[in-house]
Amino acid sequence: MNVSVRYLSCGDTAFSVEFGNKISPEINGRVMALHAAIGQAAKSGELAGVVETVPSMRALMVCYDPMTTSRAKLEPEIEGLIARGLPTGMKTRQVTIPCCYDDPEFAPDLKEVAERTKKKVEDVIALHLASRFTVYVLGFMPGLAYIAGLEKSLYLPRRSQPRVRVPRSTVAIAMDMTTIYPFESPGGWHLIGRTPLWMFDQRREQPVFLAPGDSLTFQRIDRKAYDRISREVEAGAFDWARLVRA
Amino acid sequence: MSAALKVVRPGLFDTLQDLGRIGYMALGMPTAGAMDRVALTLANALCGNPANTAGLEIGVMGPDLLVEADSVRVALVGPLSASLIEGPDAPPKPIDSDRTHLLKRGQMLRVGMVEGSSTAYLAVAGGFDLPPFMGSLSTYARAGVGGYQGRKLAAGDSLPLVRDQAPPGDEKKLGQPFDYGSGPVRVVWGPQDDYFSSKGRRTFVESDYRVSKEADRMGIRFEGPTIEHSVTGDKRGADIISDGIGPGAIQVPGAGLPIVLLGDRQTVGGYSKIATVASVDLPRLGRLLPGQVVRFSPVTVEEAEKLRRDQEARLQRAIADFKTARPPGGIDLARLYEENLIDGVVYY
Repeated sequence: MNVSVRYLSCGDTAFSVEFGNKISPEINGRVMALHAAIGQAAKSGELAGVVETVPSMRALMVCYDPMTTSRAKLEPEIEGLIARGLPTGMKTRQVTIPCCYDDPEFAPDLKEVAERTKKKVEDVIALHLASRFTVYVLGFMPGLAYIAGLEKSLYLPRRSQPRVRVPRSTVAIAMDMTTIYPFESPGGWHLIGRTPLWMFDQRREQPVFLAPGDSLTFQRIDRKAYDRISREVEAGAFDWARLVRA
Repeated sequence: MSAALKVVRPGLFDTLQDLGRIGYMALGMPTAGAMDRVALTLANALCGNPANTAGLEIGVMGPDLLVEADSVRVALVGPLSASLIEGPDAPPKPIDSDRTHLLKRGQMLRVGMVEGSSTAYLAVAGGFDLPPFMGSLSTYARAGVGGYQGRKLAAGDSLPLVRDQAPPGDEKKLGQPFDYGSGPVRVVWGPQDDYFSSKGRRTFVESDYRVSKEADRMGIRFEGPTIEHSVTGDKRGADIISDGIGPGAIQVPGAGLPIVLLGDRQTVGGYSKIATVASVDLPRLGRLLPGQVVRFSPVTVEEAEKLRRDQEARLQRAIADFKTARPPGGIDLARLYEENLIDGVVYY
C-alpha cells in the first residue's frame, strides 16, 4: 500500500505517527494495526523503552522513556515495523450493548432527531440498531468511547446548546458517531437511549469496558430488562463476558 | 491496631501521587502522577523507598497528621515553612524541610505552608498501605480513583502505613537544594507547529507568559500575547482531528493563549499543539504559581533527551550526596568520624 506517514514530535517522551489528515476506517485501521504491532513487539522484548501507545482517529502516539531509548533509535524501528507490513483484518472483539430507547427520561432527544432527519421515532431506533459501529478512540473522560459507523441518514451536528448534565450510561449520537457517557457530565450530543451498563466501573478488574478497535452493535431492551440488568451491574453481579464475542 | 497517619486537619489540596498510572491512556485514563517528579523522588530516596512509591503531594498549605503507629519516619521535600512536630508531652518544635524526621505515637506533624512553589511532598518510610488502581496509587480526583478513596484528603481520614515502626537508621537530609534550573522553559516544536503562522510561532518564543489563576493538576493556562494560527492551507486554525496529548503539550485554542497540559490532562484532544515542554522542565512547570512569568525557548528532541538524562544523573548524584541530619541537640556522629574527632584527639 502506498502510505504517507508523518512523525510528529511530542516533546522528548513521545511522538505521533500520523497516517493521514482525515477520518476514515482505512486510516483508523492502520492506526489500530500499528498499536497492535507495537504491543506485540514490546511483549516479545523488542522496542525497549516504549512505555505505551495511544491510538486516535488517524494517529498513534508512541510514548517512550528517554532514559532507555531515544527518538533517533525508535523512529527507524517503528518505520521498520510499518515497512514489514502491518497486519490487516485483525481479530476484533464483537461487543453487544443493551440499550433502552423507550423511556423519555432516557431518550429526551429521540423525537427531535426523528423530526430533523424526517423519520419516525421507530425508524431512528431501527437505524441505530442496524448500524455496525467501530470504537475509534477513547478519551475526554476515562472510558468515553468515540464510536463511528452511524447510519448516514442519522447524521446531525452537535446540539447548539450543550447540556450541563447528561446522566451516566446515556447513549447519544452526533455526526457519524455514537457514544456512551461513562460518568455524569456535560454533553452536546443528542440523547437517544440509555444502557444499564457502566462504561467505567473501578470495582472491575478491567474498569474500562470498551477498547479501541472493538466492533459494536446495540441490542434493544425494554424497561424491565433495563432495571434487571441495572441491579446486577450495581451489585457487581453482571456477567459482562456474555456481551463479547472474540 | 494497625499503623496509620490520621488527618486531624486537611491541607488545601493534598493527594497521594506516585510517578503516574502508566499504560492506560489508550482507554482514556490520564496518567496523573506527581507534578514535581524530582521532589517526590528525593523524598522517597530520603526515606529509603523505591522512586515510584506514593507520597503526599501538598499544595499551598499542608495537613496536620497524627501518628497512630509506634513510630514513623517521614521526609518533607519542597519549600515548606513553619512545619512543626507537636506533643504529646513536648512543646511544638519547628522542623526543616528537605530532610527526614522521626515521629513517635501520639505526636502530631503539622505540615506548614508551601512558599515559592505550588507543591511540596511528604514521603513515609515503607509507604502507604493502600490498594493500587490500574497499577498506580496516583489520585485522579476527576474520576474518583487512586490514592485515598480517589480524592484529596479530608479531616478524619486514616492513611494506613505499611510499617508499624520506622526502620532503624539515621535521619537524612539533602546535601543542597536541587537545582531545577532557571531561564526559559525548554520546549520542542510540535506536534502541530505547522498549524501556526510564522508570526504566531515567533510570538510564542519571544513573549513573556504569565501563569493565570486557572492552574491545577490538569494544566496551566497562561496569559500574554495571543498566538496566531495559520489562516491558509489545509493546516490552519485551532481545530485538529483529535489526537494523543503527551505530557507538557502546549495547546492553543482559538483565543490564542497557550495551555500547558500536565498529569491530569485528558488523553486526547482536538486543539492544535504548538510545542511540548521538554521533560527536564516539567517539574518546574509543576511548581509554578499564579502570577509567575515564563518564557519558552525551543530545543531539538535530541537536546531535550540529553537535558533529561543529565537531570537524572544529577538527581542520582544528589541522592548519593545525602547527609546525615543531626538530631536537634544531638551529636553528629558522622561529622565526628569524618573529622577524626571520635576520641577527642586530633592527629595532625
